[in-house]
Amino acid sequence: MSAAAHEPTHHTLSVLVENKAGVLARVASLFARRGYNIESLAVAPTDDEAFSRITIVVDVESAPLEQIVKQLFKLINVVKISELDPRQSVERELLLATVRASGENRARVLELVQIFEGKILNVGHTEMTVSLEGNPVKVDDFESLLRPYGIVELQRTGRVALPKLDRTV
Amino acid sequence: MQMNGGQALIKSLEMEGVEVIFGLPGGAILPVYDPIIDSPIRHVLVRHEQGAGHMAEGYAHVTGRPGVAMVTSGPAATNIVTPLADAFMDSVPMVVITGQVGSASIGTDAFQEVDTVGITRSITKHNELVTDAADIPRVIREAFHIATTGRPGPVLVDIPKDIVDPTNPRSAMEWYWPETVDLPGYRPTTVGHHRKIREAAELIGRSRRPVIYAGGGILKARAAEALRELAELTGIHVVTTLMARGAFPDSHELALGMPGMHGTYTAITAMQESDLLIALGSRFDDRVTGKLDGFAPDAKIIHVDIDPAELGKVRRPDVPIVGDCRLVIEELVGVLREMGGAESQPDRSEWRSRISGWQERFPLTYEPSEPGELLKPQYVLEQLRDAPTTPEDTIVISGVGQHQMWTSQYWRFDHPYTWVNSGGLGTMGFSVPAAIGAKVGRPDRTVWAIDGDGCFQMTAQELVTAAAERIPVKVAILNNAYLGMVRQWQEMFYEERYSEVYLSPDLPDYKMWAEAMGCVGMRVESPEEVPAAIEKANSINDRPVVIDFRTDAREKVFPMVPAGATNSQVVVDPTQQGQAR
Repeated sequence: MSAAAHEPTHHTLSVLVENKAGVLARVASLFARRGYNIESLAVAPTDDEAFSRITIVVDVESAPLEQIVKQLFKLINVVKISELDPRQSVERELLLATVRASGENRARVLELVQIFEGKILNVGHTEMTVSLEGNPVKVDDFESLLRPYGIVELQRTGRVALPKLDRTV
Repeated sequence: MQMNGGQALIKSLEMEGVEVIFGLPGGAILPVYDPIIDSPIRHVLVRHEQGAGHMAEGYAHVTGRPGVAMVTSGPAATNIVTPLADAFMDSVPMVVITGQVGSASIGTDAFQEVDTVGITRSITKHNELVTDAADIPRVIREAFHIATTGRPGPVLVDIPKDIVDPTNPRSAMEWYWPETVDLPGYRPTTVGHHRKIREAAELIGRSRRPVIYAGGGILKARAAEALRELAELTGIHVVTTLMARGAFPDSHELALGMPGMHGTYTAITAMQESDLLIALGSRFDDRVTGKLDGFAPDAKIIHVDIDPAELGKVRRPDVPIVGDCRLVIEELVGVLREMGGAESQPDRSEWRSRISGWQERFPLTYEPSEPGELLKPQYVLEQLRDAPTTPEDTIVISGVGQHQMWTSQYWRFDHPYTWVNSGGLGTMGFSVPAAIGAKVGRPDRTVWAIDGDGCFQMTAQELVTAAAERIPVKVAILNNAYLGMVRQWQEMFYEERYSEVYLSPDLPDYKMWAEAMGCVGMRVESPEEVPAAIEKANSINDRPVVIDFRTDAREKVFPMVPAGATNSQVVVDPTQQGQAR
């Protein structure tokens, strides 16, 4: 396969919107109307209660993305849209998982949580609920390493992201 | 000043300069209807809410001012969904006010409750559910600002009953009028980028085969005069899309008429062979481009539009310019003058002679009917257009189908804002109510609705409104007893299998129906009767007139670019098919 085929098509949009009723529905339905799936979506008010920030991850080629961004910007309540380059931004996600952890598996799961600097939230006789906060790749890795032990329930938040600062170390 | 929300709503409309509301009352909106009695605003009581919406559109098309419609909740709101979608597609400024059930009942599936804001979200430029009476003046001010600025469009304001009901304490508010609008996310760009405009001028100066592709945005931007200046300065021919008919005079030597699926051969072919398309307020609609891959393959594109999302949506422009068409064209004309004006333009005589060759070989044409045969629709239109009693600035409105295409082809549009139709959505039944709205907006003008028999049956009841309100519109039904455009497609692409398109010429009896609705009704069956009927209709100004013109169902609209074909495959009238291209 060519190099182009390996190029990631997912994009992270950070959308600043007015904090008003129905804005999230407007943004989400615009994606649905144009036939694009949202991979991940996270929304919460910012430090200024008049505005919320929506972080959207969408899997799409760049050309349709440009059209989506332009259409999004036509929404009256959308104030600002920036596309965040994963290399130039900090991204975080939270994972909660209940995993089978009886017998000898329990120590292995514990070890995995320690390696990834996750947390044990809850321990039962045969299961354990663990959490991990980190960048999406790390969370993906953690999830795939947990999977062989038997994931009973899994919940991940959408991604949140902010641009990296200038001259950050 | 203390007011209730209903009073504040009407007062807000007065502050916005609204002179007429098209609407129909009902339970949830009743408190807003009460203060209308004390208001100078005229209310036109429609017979169906769809009529209210299209009337508001017709009014907006011809006046440039936003049309206003007001209806109640539930089925009234769903009835006005079609006009909202229509106005959204054609960028028509419109403010629709819908009643909503009381705040406490929202979400309970109360009587006549629908999620109006949810239903209309994707077919309005903006919509809002008002939750507090004190917000009403601000929301109305914002609605008019949004509807009329940038790319115009419909705005819907949904108002729960309790906040407008004087018997409910929630409706009490202190009147104010916001002097400014605070919308941090809404800042339309009106002034074009100077460097891009210069680039456009340079590209024009290098082009040998340019065509100006003028769209409805020219009319929305009040840019007809600027367009004419640009065309005359550069000597570049102009095509006017279905939405832009009238934006450039058809009688002008540089006018090529309409492009697209049923455009003139010359307009289609000139675009197709051009080396530069100057797209002004046009959006590369599929009905214009035909099969996109084969559209104007050699053309570079200058694209001017106030909506940034239109640039690159369909065809990537070489020079994209976001801005108000009038301001951008005026600046472009200025730059072209600085660069030497007409003298600096290259020699395009070869291109001009090719264009005039196409015009000579492929004019619009049809075979006149033989004696005793049914009328040809094109003949009726020519007679209507050329009748000495038909003023040359007559406003013409059409529904959707064959009659719409013939009207666009055969009328001579020499003035802006004289052509009203449903372009993007293609709404059958548009013309009767839109004509009523247009006549309300321009009572000084003669208003002719050219309708099909299929279209007419969808919204004819609004003629009752017109008769009752003394709005003397004139309706010409081109009655071929068929859903004509569908029949044409079945004839050409479905082996003449005419499935479910026959309507009958006599059922209903249009003359009697018109008379029952308080109109003057006439029926015309032969060519000799046509001029007298038109003259009579033009002389009646105290009530609506309907003429049932019995036309030939076998007549087809030519030229035609079949769906999915490229514009190089345009099918001309059978009598021209042997002509060398």
